[in-house]
Amino acid sequence: MSILVNKNTRVICQGITGKAGQFHTTYCHAYGTQMVGGVTPGRGGQNFEGIPIFDTVAEAVEKTGADATMIFVPPPFAADAIMEAADAGIRTVVAITEGIPVRDMVRAAEVVRRTGVRLIGPNCPGVITPEECKIGIMPGYIHKKGPVGVMSRSGTLTYEAVWQLTNLGLGQSTCVGLGGDPIVGTSFVDLLEMFEEDPGTEAILMMGEIGGSAEEDAAAYIHEYVTKPVAAFIAGRTAPPGKRMGHAGAIISGGKGTATEKIAALEAAGIIVAESPADMGTAVQRAMRARSK
Amino acid sequence: MKIHEFQAKQILREAGVAVPRGFVADTPQAAVDAFVKLAGPVAVVKAQIHAGGRGKGTIQEVPTQRGVQLVRSREEAETVAANILGHKLVTLQTGPEGKTVHRVLVEEGCSIARELYLAAVIDRGRGGPVLIVSSEGGMDIEHVAATMPERILTEPFDVDTGVQPYQVRKLAARLGLPQAALRNAEQFVQAFSKLFLARDCSMLEINPLVLTSDNRLLALDAKMTFDDNALFRHPDLTALRDLAEEEPSEILAGEAGLSFVQLDGTIGCLVNGAGLAMSTMDLIKLHGGQPANFLDVGGGANVQQVTEAFRILVADPKVKAVLVNIFGGIMRCTTIASALLEAHRSVNFKIPLVVRLEGTEVEEGRRILAESKLDIISATDLTEAAKMVVAAASS
Repeated sequence: MSILVNKNTRVICQGITGKAGQFHTTYCHAYGTQMVGGVTPGRGGQNFEGIPIFDTVAEAVEKTGADATMIFVPPPFAADAIMEAADAGIRTVVAITEGIPVRDMVRAAEVVRRTGVRLIGPNCPGVITPEECKIGIMPGYIHKKGPVGVMSRSGTLTYEAVWQLTNLGLGQSTCVGLGGDPIVGTSFVDLLEMFEEDPGTEAILMMGEIGGSAEEDAAAYIHEYVTKPVAAFIAGRTAPPGKRMGHAGAIISGGKGTATEKIAALEAAGIIVAESPADMGTAVQRAMRARSK
Repeated sequence: MKIHEFQAKQILREAGVAVPRGFVADTPQAAVDAFVKLAGPVAVVKAQIHAGGRGKGTIQEVPTQRGVQLVRSREEAETVAANILGHKLVTLQTGPEGKTVHRVLVEEGCSIARELYLAAVIDRGRGGPVLIVSSEGGMDIEHVAATMPERILTEPFDVDTGVQPYQVRKLAARLGLPQAALRNAEQFVQAFSKLFLARDCSMLEINPLVLTSDNRLLALDAKMTFDDNALFRHPDLTALRDLAEEEPSEILAGEAGLSFVQLDGTIGCLVNGAGLAMSTMDLIKLHGGQPANFLDVGGGANVQQVTEAFRILVADPKVKAVLVNIFGGIMRCTTIASALLEAHRSVNFKIPLVVRLEGTEVEEGRRILAESKLDIISATDLTEAAKMVVAAASS
């Protein structure tokens, strides 16, 4: 079992004729994802490696029965692409694009909420249910099917964690990158609810970072509602205030959003927090062992 | 992107948000001319740097001189401007080294009935823009939030239409503004919120916001920060960028497409991905070292970017060792290893370099590094890499 996506998920790529869109459509397809179509306005009727291209998402959905999309549309047009997907009845929208203006995302997020669509990202590596469906830019082979649900605000740090888990023999149910922007479609709390309900997930690993209060919200939710063991890591203990650390959302502003606050909130909720990024995998083992006693 | 107060006030004025009359001066004589043009009994001379805390900050070369001062004569305007211009202003936000002041803003005085606080930001939790208002104008808002949270009011507003008049009346009532000020307040705050949206601001703060004795609102100070991701649709704002206010290393990195933040430590880091880059800094600290920077070369780092990154790292005289931490995903370790070698050869590298590679084609990547005969310390896991680089930097 898994959350969000599985072997039956039918995926289109918005921005399939761009360099990144082509590259990752090929990789996702090779991983086993059902890539059923692509969308680029003005390129409808053509195909990419046998995958049909449509002018609109609505047409792609109608012709292919797609229920998920992977968005590589450039930043100035990406929020529009998200709203188009929501309007066309796509259930799971995965936005990889980095650099979307915040104001555009405020509007897109409103449409997403109104239509009840699940938006992952933007500015994220994507979603993968190992050995079934990969929608995103993560390297597929580091993953292995198993019981750990993984969620994170960053890309390569997630690969690092997944690699540690796989090497410890701990596979993953589903791994989700939330995205590094101030406004993202899905929060840790949304995913905790899904992982808690998923019978295939036995433990949860969460990787947060400085900025905002998503980790504090997650800590409160876990304390109240999550029965499964949770381990965490927070990046940015050494980050100075007022400086954006790569991700648009990774900034300590007004003295808020520090790693120290987040770690304290998580530990107060009984979550095992790895001190070193080298120990994210073993932290999950510790959390699982503590629970089975 | 940040801009200066005088630039922010010009944008506010054009958008119909009231600001005091004033002129920018880059010489003491220009400050005198400004004082004469304003033709009032008093004027305020304000140092223009991006950092806050100017009013309490002092000039390094003239310790009795503050960064903001009221003047009552041409002579006083000249003396104060001479004290400030070309000198370093040290505030809580500049650090002890201070920032050189190249311009002052000379503004008319005004009669102040009350000092308030007004800001707009994007609230992540609500997922939209919000007004922040407080009766405690002129104070550090973080301090107010910590000590008197009940004196801070927030009001979400629509991302397309901005603040509505009824929202302003509601806030005005809670702040106890006089009825005679209402109409002006509605116009002021509406224009303020529309400007915030139209210019893709990430933060717009007026502190203090002054209620004059004739019941008008006036922006006495202004801080404006823009969403970098939206600058492509505002070329006029991009032109306001002041490179003298930024770290030279961060400017170079930005031009090379690298995400870089200068820190004070001795260990340079080069990492792919923002989360892993932050974690690498944390790891160095955990093992007793101090990171010299945050550096994310991105997912598709090429030879050119890695070379430029090395150049920036070794140009910092504080850097005693460099740690490269790469998790090769789609980007293969072999590609990264070759890029590292080429960059190492073209940059004059004299300090120890520890490289930790993991991920796709890692064995082959490590072999390329090992066979290069270059002085590279290869580490296989994160902890080992951190210990090695900390040892190398302290020896």
